[in-house]
Amino acid sequence: MLRIIKNFSARMLSAIFGRKKNIKIGFYGPPNAGKTSLANRICKDWTGEEIGLVSKVPHETRHVQFKEKVEINHKGKTLIFKMVDTPGIATKIDYEDFLKFGVKKSDAKKRAKEATQGIIESIQWLDDMEAVVVVLDASLNPYSQVNITIIGNLVARKIPILIVANKIDLKKADIKKIEAAFPEYETVGISAKDGINMDEFYEALFRLANKT
Amino acid sequence: MSISERVKKILNLILGNKIVILHGRLRAEEEARLIEDTMAMVDHIKNFKGIELAVIEPDMRNESMFGKMKYSIAKSLVGDSSAITLIGPASVVKEIRRDPKKLELMLS
Repeated sequence: MLRIIKNFSARMLSAIFGRKKNIKIGFYGPPNAGKTSLANRICKDWTGEEIGLVSKVPHETRHVQFKEKVEINHKGKTLIFKMVDTPGIATKIDYEDFLKFGVKKSDAKKRAKEATQGIIESIQWLDDMEAVVVVLDASLNPYSQVNITIIGNLVARKIPILIVANKIDLKKADIKKIEAAFPEYETVGISAKDGINMDEFYEALFRLANKT
Repeated sequence: MSISERVKKILNLILGNKIVILHGRLRAEEEARLIEDTMAMVDHIKNFKGIELAVIEPDMRNESMFGKMKYSIAKSLVGDSSAITLIGPASVVKEIRRDPKKLELMLS
């Protein structure tokens, strides 16, 4: 009897305070959209340490990286989740693209090889996600096939989606374009680098977690 | 034809430096598999840099309710045959620019 009351009150508290345990939230998107910058911003805000390195050179993240437990306490609500930051998905990799950033030829070739493996890893991890934050660069055309393929695959797997229009600090940023391209999903405009609009992002993240 | 067979067939054409135009579109899982297999090949085949892929569908945003209904009934009966899928080797197709109304193929 005591256990029934205990379970019931735990469920009630969970419903009232929106507390969720151990859900897996993935960060997906094309290369250089700012997935790791956003993951770092969240980790710094709530765990005090970053998850990975960021760079202007595309494909800086070439392996899936995790933060086992991130606990967000926001406006009286708590969300606990496993953060999965994934390498950017692309349909082509050319080591010569990295040379433009001053990367040495041998390093560029190594980077390209690792990047191809990272993309395969990202796609294989899709099945393990319970919710996904799709991070897009708000200053770029959102109608790229990679964006459509990522979102199409999440829809096919019935995984809840939140779209983040990152880099709103840039002059060319246009959230409306992203909203028009994917009107079925909630879109939040942020700048992970400058920490702009993070409150709204956390609100949306709670809504996303509630859909799982 | 299974997903693997379809993707294999497409990639064989791409490796022969051909641009593939499909009537209809690949399923989401097929697109993902195509990217996965492409990346595995980039790693193993010299001078293969990947693919350019784009799908264009009729713009239904300004269609009437009846028009949209007709489209979705046709889609559920015969599949998404109004879409066109373009896939080309990245060494031949530099870029496919896509917006809701047009598709631009930029060759290298």
